[in-house]
Amino acid sequence: MSLYARRKFVNAFNLTASVLTTLFGLFFLAWILWELFSKGFAGLDITLFTADTPGPGSEGGGLRNAIVGSLLITLTGILVGAPIGILSGIYLSEYGRGTWLAATVRFVSDILLSAPSIVIGVFVYMIMVAPLGGFSGISGAVALAIIALPVILRTTEDMMLLVPDTMREAAAALGAPRWKVILSVVLRAARSGVLTGVLLAVARIAGETAPLLFTALNNQFFSLDMTRPMANLPVTIFNFAMGPYENWHDLAWAGSLLITLVVLGLNIITRAFLRGKKH
Amino acid sequence: MTDNGDKTVEAKRADAPVATQDESARQSSGTTNLPAEREGPKPKLDIRNLDFYYGKHQALKNINLKIPEKQVMAFIGPSGCGKSTLLRTFNRIYSLYPNQRAEGEIWMDGQNILGKDVDVNLLRARVGMVFQKPAPFPMSVFDNVAFGIRLYERLPKADMEERVEQALRRAALWDEVKDMLHKSGAALSGGQQQRLCIARAIAVKPEVILLDEPTSALDPISTARIEELVMELSEDYTIVIVTHNMQQAARISDRTAFMYLGEIIEEGETDQIFTAPREEKTQAYITGRFG
Repeated sequence: MSLYARRKFVNAFNLTASVLTTLFGLFFLAWILWELFSKGFAGLDITLFTADTPGPGSEGGGLRNAIVGSLLITLTGILVGAPIGILSGIYLSEYGRGTWLAATVRFVSDILLSAPSIVIGVFVYMIMVAPLGGFSGISGAVALAIIALPVILRTTEDMMLLVPDTMREAAAALGAPRWKVILSVVLRAARSGVLTGVLLAVARIAGETAPLLFTALNNQFFSLDMTRPMANLPVTIFNFAMGPYENWHDLAWAGSLLITLVVLGLNIITRAFLRGKKH
Repeated sequence: MTDNGDKTVEAKRADAPVATQDESARQSSGTTNLPAEREGPKPKLDIRNLDFYYGKHQALKNINLKIPEKQVMAFIGPSGCGKSTLLRTFNRIYSLYPNQRAEGEIWMDGQNILGKDVDVNLLRARVGMVFQKPAPFPMSVFDNVAFGIRLYERLPKADMEERVEQALRRAALWDEVKDMLHKSGAALSGGQQQRLCIARAIAVKPEVILLDEPTSALDPISTARIEELVMELSEDYTIVIVTHNMQQAARISDRTAFMYLGEIIEEGETDQIFTAPREEKTQAYITGRFG
Protein backbone atom coordinates (compact mmCIF):
# COMPACT_ATOMS: atom_id res chain seq x y z
CA MET A 1 0.00 0.00 0.00
CA SER A 2 1.36 3.39 -0.90
CA LEU A 3 1.88 5.93 1.83
CA TYR A 4 -0.97 8.03 0.55
CA ALA A 5 -3.45 5.16 0.28
CA ARG A 6 -2.52 4.11 3.76
CA ARG A 7 -3.12 7.59 5.10
CA LYS A 8 -6.50 7.67 3.42
CA PHE A 9 -7.39 4.34 4.97
CA VAL A 10 -6.38 5.49 8.45
CA ASN A 11 -8.44 8.62 7.96
CA ALA A 12 -11.51 6.69 6.86
CA PHE A 13 -11.13 4.26 9.74
CA ASN A 14 -10.80 6.98 12.35
CA LEU A 15 -13.71 8.93 10.93
CA THR A 16 -15.97 5.87 10.98
CA ALA A 17 -14.90 4.94 14.49
CA SER A 18 -15.52 8.40 15.88
CA VAL A 19 -18.91 8.70 14.20
CA LEU A 20 -19.93 5.28 15.54
CA THR A 21 -18.87 6.09 19.10
CA THR A 22 -20.71 9.41 18.92
CA LEU A 23 -23.84 7.65 17.77
CA PHE A 24 -23.42 5.10 20.56
CA GLY A 25 -23.39 7.88 23.12
CA LEU A 26 -26.25 9.77 21.53
CA PHE A 27 -28.29 6.58 21.35
CA PHE A 28 -28.45 6.29 25.14
CA LEU A 29 -29.18 9.95 25.56
CA ALA A 30 -32.05 9.63 23.09
CA TRP A 31 -33.27 6.50 24.83
CA ILE A 32 -33.33 8.24 28.22
CA LEU A 33 -35.20 11.21 26.77
CA TRP A 34 -37.64 8.89 24.99
CA GLU A 35 -38.40 6.94 28.16
CA LEU A 36 -38.79 10.17 30.14
CA PHE A 37 -41.13 11.75 27.64
CA SER A 38 -43.26 8.67 27.02
CA LYS A 39 -43.65 7.85 30.73
CA GLY A 40 -43.56 11.33 32.18
CA PHE A 41 -45.54 13.32 29.68
CA ALA A 42 -48.85 11.77 30.75
CA GLY A 43 -48.31 13.02 34.29
CA LEU A 44 -47.55 16.58 33.20
CA ASP A 45 -50.87 18.22 33.99
CA ILE A 46 -52.05 21.06 36.12
CA THR A 47 -52.56 18.94 39.28
CA LEU A 48 -48.82 18.27 39.25
CA PHE A 49 -48.38 21.93 40.23
CA THR A 50 -51.46 22.35 42.42
CA ALA A 51 -51.63 19.18 44.52
CA ASP A 52 -49.10 18.05 47.10
CA THR A 53 -47.39 14.68 47.20
CA PRO A 54 -49.90 11.90 48.04
CA GLY A 55 -49.42 9.80 51.12
CA PRO A 56 -49.14 6.02 50.91
CA GLY A 57 -52.25 4.51 49.39
CA SER A 58 -54.02 7.76 48.57
CA GLU A 59 -55.10 8.50 45.02
CA GLY A 60 -53.79 11.13 42.57
CA GLY A 61 -51.75 13.93 44.00
CA GLY A 62 -49.09 16.22 42.55
CA LEU A 63 -45.65 17.58 43.29
CA ARG A 64 -46.39 21.15 44.37
CA ASN A 65 -44.57 20.94 47.70
CA ALA A 66 -41.58 19.21 46.13
CA ILE A 67 -41.36 21.73 43.28
CA VAL A 68 -41.56 24.71 45.61
CA GLY A 69 -39.11 23.09 48.02
CA SER A 70 -36.64 22.34 45.25
CA LEU A 71 -36.89 25.91 43.97
CA LEU A 72 -36.28 27.31 47.45
CA ILE A 73 -33.36 25.03 48.27
CA THR A 74 -31.72 25.45 44.87
CA LEU A 75 -32.12 29.23 44.84
CA THR A 76 -30.82 29.59 48.39
CA GLY A 77 -27.91 27.31 47.53
CA ILE A 78 -27.04 29.44 44.50
CA LEU A 79 -27.46 32.68 46.45
CA VAL A 80 -24.93 31.36 48.96
CA GLY A 81 -22.59 29.66 46.48
CA ALA A 82 -22.54 32.17 43.62
CA PRO A 83 -21.10 35.21 45.44
CA ILE A 84 -18.40 33.11 47.09
CA GLY A 85 -17.60 31.35 43.83
CA ILE A 86 -17.53 34.53 41.74
CA LEU A 87 -15.42 36.43 44.26
CA SER A 88 -12.90 33.64 44.60
CA GLY A 89 -12.81 33.22 40.82
CA ILE A 90 -12.00 36.94 40.57
CA TYR A 91 -9.27 36.50 43.14
CA LEU A 92 -7.73 33.63 41.19
CA SER A 93 -7.74 35.43 37.85
CA GLU A 94 -6.91 38.96 38.97
CA TYR A 95 -5.08 39.11 42.27
CA GLY A 96 -3.67 35.67 42.85
CA ARG A 97 -2.00 34.98 39.52
CA GLY A 98 1.10 32.91 40.04
CA THR A 99 0.75 32.85 43.82
CA TRP A 100 0.98 29.82 46.03
CA LEU A 101 -2.41 30.55 47.60
CA ALA A 102 -4.18 30.69 44.23
CA ALA A 103 -2.62 27.42 43.11
CA THR A 104 -3.81 25.79 46.32
CA VAL A 105 -7.33 27.18 46.06
CA ARG A 106 -7.54 25.98 42.46
CA PHE A 107 -6.33 22.52 43.43
CA VAL A 108 -8.74 22.18 46.35
CA SER A 109 -11.58 23.49 44.21
CA ASP A 110 -10.84 20.84 41.58
CA ILE A 111 -10.94 18.14 44.23
CA LEU A 112 -14.24 19.54 45.48
CA LEU A 113 -15.54 19.52 41.91
CA SER A 114 -15.01 15.80 41.60
CA ALA A 115 -15.92 14.87 45.18
CA PRO A 116 -18.87 12.46 45.34
CA SER A 117 -21.91 14.49 46.29
CA ILE A 118 -22.86 11.99 48.97
CA VAL A 119 -19.67 12.90 50.84
CA ILE A 120 -20.78 16.51 50.84
CA GLY A 121 -24.19 15.41 52.10
CA VAL A 122 -22.63 13.50 55.00
CA PHE A 123 -20.31 16.43 55.72
CA VAL A 124 -23.18 18.90 56.00
CA TYR A 125 -25.10 16.36 58.10
CA MET A 126 -22.17 16.39 60.48
CA ILE A 127 -21.64 20.15 60.66
CA MET A 128 -25.27 21.33 60.49
CA VAL A 129 -27.94 18.67 60.78
CA ALA A 130 -26.53 16.88 63.82
CA PRO A 131 -25.62 19.99 65.85
CA LEU A 132 -28.91 21.72 65.04
CA GLY A 133 -30.82 18.61 65.94
CA GLY A 134 -32.75 17.96 62.74
CA PHE A 135 -33.04 17.95 59.00
CA SER A 136 -33.73 21.32 57.43
CA GLY A 137 -34.13 23.02 54.09
CA ILE A 138 -31.32 25.41 54.89
CA SER A 139 -28.79 22.63 55.45
CA GLY A 140 -29.84 21.22 52.07
CA ALA A 141 -29.16 24.63 50.56
CA VAL A 142 -25.71 24.71 52.18
CA ALA A 143 -24.88 21.27 50.77
CA LEU A 144 -25.94 22.41 47.30
CA ALA A 145 -23.95 25.63 47.70
CA ILE A 146 -20.82 23.59 48.39
CA ILE A 147 -21.46 21.60 45.22
CA ALA A 148 -22.11 24.75 43.16
CA LEU A 149 -19.07 26.59 44.53
CA PRO A 150 -16.26 24.93 42.54
CA VAL A 151 -18.30 25.00 39.32
CA ILE A 152 -18.88 28.75 39.61
CA LEU A 153 -15.35 29.43 40.83
CA ARG A 154 -13.74 27.66 37.92
CA THR A 155 -15.96 29.12 35.19
CA THR A 156 -15.55 32.61 36.64
CA GLU A 157 -11.77 32.25 36.64
CA ASP A 158 -11.70 30.82 33.11
CA MET A 159 -14.02 33.49 31.73
CA MET A 160 -12.08 36.32 33.39
CA LEU A 161 -8.83 34.91 32.03
CA LEU A 162 -10.31 34.97 28.53
CA VAL A 163 -10.46 38.76 28.77
CA PRO A 164 -7.19 39.88 27.18
CA ASP A 165 -4.66 41.71 29.35
CA THR A 166 -4.67 44.52 26.78
CA MET A 167 -8.17 45.38 28.04
CA ARG A 168 -6.89 45.58 31.63
CA GLU A 169 -3.96 47.71 30.49
CA ALA A 170 -6.22 50.02 28.51
CA ALA A 171 -8.41 50.63 31.54
CA ALA A 172 -5.47 51.03 33.90
CA ALA A 173 -3.85 53.43 31.43
CA LEU A 174 -6.79 55.80 31.90
CA GLY A 175 -6.00 55.98 35.59
CA ALA A 176 -8.62 53.52 36.77
CA PRO A 177 -7.84 51.89 40.11
CA ARG A 178 -7.59 48.13 40.10
CA TRP A 179 -11.02 47.36 41.59
CA LYS A 180 -12.59 49.61 38.99
CA VAL A 181 -10.71 47.90 36.18
CA ILE A 182 -11.93 44.53 37.42
CA LEU A 183 -15.56 45.47 38.13
CA SER A 184 -16.31 47.86 35.27
CA VAL A 185 -14.23 46.34 32.52
CA VAL A 186 -13.04 42.79 33.09
CA LEU A 187 -16.09 41.42 34.88
CA ARG A 188 -18.28 43.25 32.43
CA ALA A 189 -16.50 41.70 29.48
CA ALA A 190 -16.81 38.28 31.11
CA ARG A 191 -20.32 38.67 32.48
CA SER A 192 -22.13 36.37 30.09
CA GLY A 193 -19.54 33.70 30.75
CA VAL A 194 -19.81 34.15 34.50
CA LEU A 195 -23.60 34.03 34.30
CA THR A 196 -23.28 30.86 32.24
CA GLY A 197 -21.24 29.33 35.04
CA VAL A 198 -23.96 30.20 37.54
CA LEU A 199 -26.69 28.74 35.34
CA LEU A 200 -24.68 25.58 34.78
CA ALA A 201 -24.25 25.32 38.52
CA VAL A 202 -28.03 25.64 38.94
CA ALA A 203 -28.47 22.86 36.41
CA ARG A 204 -25.91 20.78 38.26
CA ILE A 205 -27.47 21.13 41.73
CA ALA A 206 -31.11 21.02 40.63
CA GLY A 207 -30.93 17.27 40.27
CA GLU A 208 -28.63 16.41 43.18
CA THR A 209 -30.23 13.76 45.39
CA ALA A 210 -27.63 12.32 47.73
CA PRO A 211 -26.73 15.53 49.56
CA LEU A 212 -30.41 16.30 50.15
CA LEU A 213 -31.08 12.84 51.60
CA PHE A 214 -28.79 13.75 54.48
CA THR A 215 -29.85 17.35 54.90
CA ALA A 216 -33.26 18.53 53.71
CA LEU A 217 -34.63 14.99 53.85
CA ASN A 218 -38.19 15.26 52.62
CA ASN A 219 -41.58 16.45 53.71
CA GLN A 220 -44.93 15.10 52.70
CA PHE A 221 -46.57 18.46 53.24
CA PHE A 222 -46.26 21.93 51.82
CA SER A 223 -43.81 24.03 53.80
CA LEU A 224 -41.88 27.24 53.34
CA ASP A 225 -40.00 26.87 56.61
CA MET A 226 -36.34 26.43 55.73
CA THR A 227 -35.48 25.33 59.28
CA ARG A 228 -37.62 22.19 58.97
CA PRO A 229 -37.35 19.19 56.68
CA MET A 230 -38.40 20.21 53.22
CA ALA A 231 -39.89 18.43 50.25
CA ASN A 232 -37.80 18.45 47.11
CA LEU A 233 -37.99 16.85 43.70
CA PRO A 234 -34.91 14.59 43.67
CA VAL A 235 -35.64 12.88 47.00
CA THR A 236 -39.34 12.64 46.14
CA ILE A 237 -38.46 10.96 42.86
CA PHE A 238 -36.14 8.63 44.73
CA ASN A 239 -38.81 7.68 47.27
CA PHE A 240 -41.69 7.43 44.83
CA ALA A 241 -39.76 5.39 42.29
CA MET A 242 -38.94 2.86 45.02
CA GLY A 243 -42.52 2.90 46.36
CA PRO A 244 -45.20 0.30 45.67
CA TYR A 245 -47.94 2.57 44.31
CA GLU A 246 -48.79 3.20 40.67
CA ASN A 247 -49.55 6.93 41.15
CA TRP A 248 -46.19 7.36 42.92
CA HIS A 249 -44.45 5.87 39.90
CA ASP A 250 -46.27 8.21 37.55
CA LEU A 251 -45.33 11.21 39.70
CA ALA A 252 -41.71 10.08 39.82
CA TRP A 253 -41.62 9.98 36.03
CA ALA A 254 -43.31 13.37 35.76
CA GLY A 255 -40.88 14.83 38.28
CA SER A 256 -37.91 13.38 36.39
CA LEU A 257 -39.18 14.87 33.16
CA LEU A 258 -39.68 18.22 34.89
CA ILE A 259 -36.10 18.34 36.19
CA THR A 260 -34.75 17.24 32.82
CA LEU A 261 -36.72 19.96 31.05
CA VAL A 262 -35.48 22.58 33.49
CA VAL A 263 -31.85 21.49 33.06
CA LEU A 264 -32.30 21.32 29.29
CA GLY A 265 -33.84 24.78 29.32
CA LEU A 266 -30.97 26.18 31.39
CA ASN A 267 -28.45 24.71 29.00
CA ILE A 268 -30.23 26.22 26.02
CA ILE A 269 -30.34 29.60 27.76
CA THR A 270 -26.62 29.47 28.53
CA ARG A 271 -25.85 28.59 24.92
CA ALA A 272 -27.92 31.54 23.78
CA PHE A 273 -25.99 33.74 26.23
CA LEU A 274 -22.64 32.65 24.92
CA ARG A 275 -23.74 33.08 21.34
CA GLY A 276 -25.05 36.57 22.09
CA LYS A 277 -21.64 37.40 23.51
CA LYS A 278 -19.81 36.79 20.25
CA HIS A 279 -22.13 38.89 18.05
CA MET B 1 23.10 35.47 10.94
CA THR B 2 24.41 39.01 11.21
CA ASP B 3 23.64 38.89 14.89
CA ASN B 4 27.21 38.35 15.95
CA GLY B 5 28.48 41.09 13.74
CA ASP B 6 25.89 43.47 15.11
CA LYS B 7 26.86 42.69 18.62
CA THR B 8 30.51 43.39 17.94
CA VAL B 9 29.65 46.74 16.52
CA GLU B 10 27.37 47.27 19.46
CA ALA B 11 30.15 46.46 21.90
CA LYS B 12 32.54 48.82 20.18
CA ARG B 13 29.96 51.53 20.16
CA ALA B 14 29.35 51.14 23.87
CA ASP B 15 32.95 52.10 24.52
CA ALA B 16 32.48 55.48 22.94
CA PRO B 17 28.77 56.24 23.05
CA VAL B 18 28.44 59.43 21.06
CA ALA B 19 24.74 59.91 21.81
CA THR B 20 25.28 59.39 25.51
CA GLN B 21 28.18 61.80 25.59
CA ASP B 22 25.98 64.28 23.87
CA GLU B 23 23.28 63.73 26.46
CA SER B 24 25.56 64.15 29.41
CA ALA B 25 26.98 67.30 27.87
CA ARG B 26 23.50 68.68 27.62
CA GLN B 27 22.62 67.64 31.12
CA SER B 28 25.65 69.29 32.64
CA SER B 29 25.11 72.42 30.59
CA GLY B 30 22.43 73.68 32.92
CA THR B 31 19.11 73.12 34.65
CA THR B 32 16.47 71.04 32.97
CA ASN B 33 14.03 73.79 32.19
CA LEU B 34 16.64 75.90 30.48
CA PRO B 35 15.93 75.46 26.79
CA ALA B 36 19.23 74.40 25.32
CA GLU B 37 19.94 75.73 21.88
CA ARG B 38 19.65 72.39 20.08
CA GLU B 39 16.54 71.18 21.84
CA GLY B 40 13.91 73.72 21.03
CA PRO B 41 11.03 73.69 23.51
CA LYS B 42 11.52 72.63 27.10
CA PRO B 43 11.38 68.92 27.79
CA LYS B 44 8.11 67.48 29.04
CA LEU B 45 9.77 64.22 29.99
CA ASP B 46 13.38 63.98 31.04
CA ILE B 47 14.63 60.43 31.29
CA ARG B 48 17.83 59.92 33.23
CA ASN B 49 19.89 56.76 33.59
CA LEU B 50 16.90 54.50 33.09
CA ASP B 51 17.38 50.74 33.31
CA PHE B 52 14.53 48.30 32.89
CA TYR B 53 14.26 44.66 33.83
CA TYR B 54 11.89 41.84 32.96
CA GLY B 55 12.75 39.60 35.87
CA LYS B 56 16.49 39.15 35.48
CA HIS B 57 16.61 40.18 31.85
CA GLN B 58 17.71 43.76 31.32
CA ALA B 59 15.70 45.29 28.50
CA LEU B 60 16.78 48.93 28.74
CA LYS B 61 20.31 50.06 29.45
CA ASN B 62 21.05 53.50 30.77
CA ILE B 63 18.55 55.49 28.75
CA ASN B 64 19.01 59.26 28.77
CA LEU B 65 16.54 61.24 26.75
CA LYS B 66 14.58 64.47 26.78
CA ILE B 67 11.16 64.54 25.20
CA PRO B 68 10.15 68.07 24.20
CA GLU B 69 6.76 69.47 25.05
CA LYS B 70 4.01 69.61 22.38
CA GLN B 71 6.00 67.80 19.77
CA VAL B 72 5.86 64.32 18.32
CA MET B 73 8.72 62.08 19.37
CA ALA B 74 9.05 58.78 17.52
CA PHE B 75 10.89 55.68 18.70
CA ILE B 76 12.13 53.46 15.90
CA GLY B 77 14.23 50.33 15.91
CA PRO B 78 14.02 46.60 15.22
CA SER B 79 11.67 44.30 17.13
CA GLY B 80 12.71 43.68 20.70
CA CYS B 81 14.95 46.74 20.90
CA GLY B 82 12.99 48.16 23.83
CA LYS B 83 10.89 50.87 22.15
CA SER B 84 7.63 49.73 23.72
CA THR B 85 9.32 48.95 27.01
CA LEU B 86 10.61 52.51 27.19
CA LEU B 87 7.19 53.88 26.30
CA ARG B 88 5.58 51.76 29.00
CA THR B 89 7.71 53.36 31.70
CA PHE B 90 6.25 56.81 31.05
CA ASN B 91 2.88 55.89 32.58
CA ARG B 92 4.27 53.04 34.68
CA ILE B 93 1.86 50.63 33.05
CA TYR B 94 4.60 47.99 33.43
CA SER B 95 3.95 48.03 37.17
CA LEU B 96 0.81 45.95 36.59
CA TYR B 97 3.23 43.05 36.30
CA PRO B 98 5.14 42.28 39.49
CA ASN B 99 8.29 40.94 37.78
CA GLN B 100 8.94 44.10 35.77
CA ARG B 101 10.87 46.99 37.26
CA ALA B 102 12.46 50.24 36.22
CA GLU B 103 15.48 51.92 37.81
CA GLY B 104 16.51 55.48 37.22
CA GLU B 105 14.58 58.71 36.95
CA ILE B 106 11.92 60.13 34.69
CA TRP B 107 11.20 63.76 35.41
CA MET B 108 7.92 65.34 34.39
CA ASP B 109 7.20 68.90 35.47
CA GLY B 110 9.65 68.75 38.33
CA GLN B 111 8.50 65.39 39.65
CA ASN B 112 10.26 62.06 39.34
CA ILE B 113 7.38 59.86 38.14
CA LEU B 114 9.28 56.70 39.06
CA GLY B 115 9.33 57.88 42.68
CA LYS B 116 7.70 55.71 45.34
CA ASP B 117 5.29 58.41 46.48
CA VAL B 118 3.79 58.90 43.02
CA ASP B 119 0.12 57.91 42.70
CA VAL B 120 0.22 55.83 39.52
CA ASN B 121 -3.49 56.32 38.83
CA LEU B 122 -3.14 60.10 38.89
CA LEU B 123 -0.02 59.76 36.75
CA ARG B 124 -1.92 57.71 34.19
CA ALA B 125 -4.65 60.32 34.10
CA ARG B 126 -1.95 62.78 33.00
CA VAL B 127 -0.14 60.43 30.65
CA GLY B 128 -2.61 58.70 28.33
CA MET B 129 -1.85 55.66 26.25
CA VAL B 130 -3.13 54.06 23.06
CA PHE B 131 -2.15 50.48 22.39
CA GLN B 132 -1.29 48.46 19.35
CA LYS B 133 -4.51 46.49 19.37
CA PRO B 134 -7.60 48.60 19.89
CA ALA B 135 -9.32 47.38 23.05
CA PRO B 136 -12.77 48.96 23.29
CA PHE B 137 -14.37 48.32 26.65
CA PRO B 138 -17.48 46.12 26.69
CA MET B 139 -19.85 49.08 26.75
CA SER B 140 -21.35 51.63 24.42
CA VAL B 141 -19.31 54.07 22.34
CA PHE B 142 -20.45 56.86 24.63
CA ASP B 143 -19.54 55.02 27.81
CA ASN B 144 -16.16 54.06 26.39
CA VAL B 145 -15.27 57.72 26.16
CA ALA B 146 -17.05 58.70 29.37
CA PHE B 147 -15.34 55.93 31.37
CA GLY B 148 -12.12 57.84 31.91
CA ILE B 149 -13.86 61.16 32.55
CA ARG B 150 -16.09 59.61 35.21
CA LEU B 151 -13.03 58.36 37.08
CA TYR B 152 -11.93 61.84 38.02
CA GLU B 153 -14.84 64.19 37.42
CA ARG B 154 -18.50 64.37 38.35
CA LEU B 155 -20.18 66.15 35.48
CA PRO B 156 -23.83 66.98 34.86
CA LYS B 157 -25.30 65.01 31.97
CA ALA B 158 -25.16 67.84 29.45
CA ASP B 159 -21.53 68.65 30.24
CA MET B 160 -20.61 65.02 29.98
CA GLU B 161 -22.27 64.76 26.58
CA GLU B 162 -20.36 67.78 25.45
CA ARG B 163 -17.05 66.38 26.66
CA VAL B 164 -17.68 63.08 24.91
CA GLU B 165 -18.64 64.83 21.69
CA GLN B 166 -15.56 67.03 21.91
CA ALA B 167 -13.27 64.05 22.37
CA LEU B 168 -14.89 62.16 19.51
CA ARG B 169 -14.63 65.20 17.26
CA ARG B 170 -10.95 65.64 18.08
CA ALA B 171 -10.40 61.98 17.28
CA ALA B 172 -12.12 62.52 13.91
CA LEU B 173 -14.73 59.93 14.78
CA TRP B 174 -17.79 61.99 15.66
CA ASP B 175 -19.40 62.06 12.22
CA GLU B 176 -19.15 58.30 11.93
CA VAL B 177 -20.54 57.41 15.34
CA LYS B 178 -22.89 60.25 16.28
CA ASP B 179 -25.92 58.12 15.40
CA MET B 180 -24.69 55.04 17.19
CA LEU B 181 -23.36 56.41 20.46
CA HIS B 182 -25.29 53.81 22.39
CA LYS B 183 -24.18 50.83 20.37
CA SER B 184 -21.37 48.63 21.58
CA GLY B 185 -17.85 49.91 20.98
CA ALA B 186 -16.95 46.46 19.69
CA ALA B 187 -19.32 46.98 16.75
CA LEU B 188 -17.01 49.56 15.17
CA SER B 189 -14.41 48.75 12.52
CA GLY B 190 -10.77 48.34 13.50
CA GLY B 191 -9.79 51.85 12.43
CA GLN B 192 -12.81 53.33 14.18
CA GLN B 193 -12.02 51.35 17.31
CA GLN B 194 -8.50 52.75 17.37
CA ARG B 195 -9.83 56.29 16.99
CA LEU B 196 -12.30 55.49 19.77
CA CYS B 197 -9.33 54.54 21.93
CA ILE B 198 -7.67 57.84 21.05
CA ALA B 199 -10.88 59.71 21.90
CA ARG B 200 -10.99 57.81 25.19
CA ALA B 201 -7.42 58.83 25.94
CA ILE B 202 -7.85 62.54 25.12
CA ALA B 203 -11.22 62.77 26.87
CA VAL B 204 -9.47 62.78 30.24
CA LYS B 205 -7.35 65.75 29.08
CA PRO B 206 -3.92 64.25 29.57
CA GLU B 207 -0.70 66.17 29.03
CA VAL B 208 1.18 63.42 27.28
CA ILE B 209 -0.15 60.79 24.89
CA LEU B 210 1.76 57.58 24.37
CA LEU B 211 1.05 55.65 21.18
CA ASP B 212 2.35 52.09 20.98
CA GLU B 213 2.34 51.12 17.30
CA PRO B 214 -1.18 52.48 16.97
CA THR B 215 -1.55 51.74 13.27
CA SER B 216 0.18 48.39 12.92
CA ALA B 217 -3.16 46.56 12.89
CA LEU B 218 -4.91 49.00 10.57
CA ASP B 219 -5.43 49.39 6.84
CA PRO B 220 -3.70 52.25 4.95
CA ILE B 221 -6.73 54.55 4.96
CA SER B 222 -7.27 54.25 8.69
CA THR B 223 -3.54 54.65 9.18
CA ALA B 224 -3.54 57.91 7.22
CA ARG B 225 -6.40 59.23 9.32
CA ILE B 226 -4.64 58.38 12.56
CA GLU B 227 -1.42 59.99 11.34
CA GLU B 228 -3.22 63.21 10.46
CA LEU B 229 -4.82 63.10 13.85
CA VAL B 230 -1.50 62.64 15.65
CA MET B 231 -0.02 65.66 13.90
CA GLU B 232 -3.04 67.74 14.82
CA LEU B 233 -2.96 66.61 18.43
CA SER B 234 0.68 67.58 18.79
CA GLU B 235 -0.44 71.20 18.90
CA ASP B 236 -1.87 70.60 22.35
CA TYR B 237 -0.24 67.44 23.60
CA THR B 238 3.20 65.97 23.97
CA ILE B 239 3.14 62.82 21.89
CA VAL B 240 5.43 59.84 21.97
CA ILE B 241 4.88 57.22 19.31
CA VAL B 242 6.48 53.82 18.87
CA THR B 243 6.44 52.64 15.31
CA HIS B 244 7.82 49.88 13.15
CA ASN B 245 7.15 51.94 10.11
CA MET B 246 10.02 54.28 9.33
CA GLN B 247 8.07 56.25 6.75
CA GLN B 248 5.49 56.88 9.42
CA ALA B 249 8.11 58.22 11.81
CA ALA B 250 9.51 60.41 9.04
CA ARG B 251 6.04 61.71 8.15
CA ILE B 252 4.68 62.61 11.53
CA SER B 253 7.43 63.14 14.07
CA ASP B 254 9.48 66.19 14.99
CA ARG B 255 12.19 64.17 16.66
CA THR B 256 13.19 60.55 16.33
CA ALA B 257 15.11 58.23 18.58
CA PHE B 258 16.66 55.11 17.10
CA MET B 259 16.93 52.25 19.57
CA TYR B 260 18.85 49.03 19.34
CA LEU B 261 19.30 46.26 21.90
CA GLY B 262 17.88 48.30 24.74
CA GLU B 263 19.89 51.44 24.11
CA ILE B 264 19.26 54.70 22.37
CA ILE B 265 21.79 54.77 19.54
CA GLU B 266 20.87 58.16 18.22
CA GLU B 267 18.29 60.83 18.86
CA GLY B 268 17.68 64.08 17.04
CA GLU B 269 15.54 66.06 14.63
CA THR B 270 13.63 63.63 12.44
CA ASP B 271 15.01 65.19 9.26
CA GLN B 272 18.54 64.84 10.51
CA ILE B 273 18.05 61.21 11.60
CA PHE B 274 16.66 60.22 8.23
CA THR B 275 18.91 62.30 5.97
CA ALA B 276 22.17 62.58 7.84
CA PRO B 277 22.38 60.07 10.67
CA ARG B 278 25.50 60.40 12.72
CA GLU B 279 25.66 56.75 13.65
CA GLU B 280 26.54 53.97 11.27
CA LYS B 281 23.95 51.73 12.91
CA THR B 282 21.17 54.25 12.36
CA GLN B 283 22.22 54.60 8.76
CA ALA B 284 22.14 50.82 8.34
CA TYR B 285 18.68 50.55 9.89
CA ILE B 286 16.97 53.36 8.03
CA THR B 287 18.37 52.21 4.71
CA GLY B 288 17.02 48.75 5.40
CA ARG B 289 20.28 46.90 5.74
CA PHE B 290 19.07 45.21 8.93
CA GLY B 291 16.10 45.14 11.28
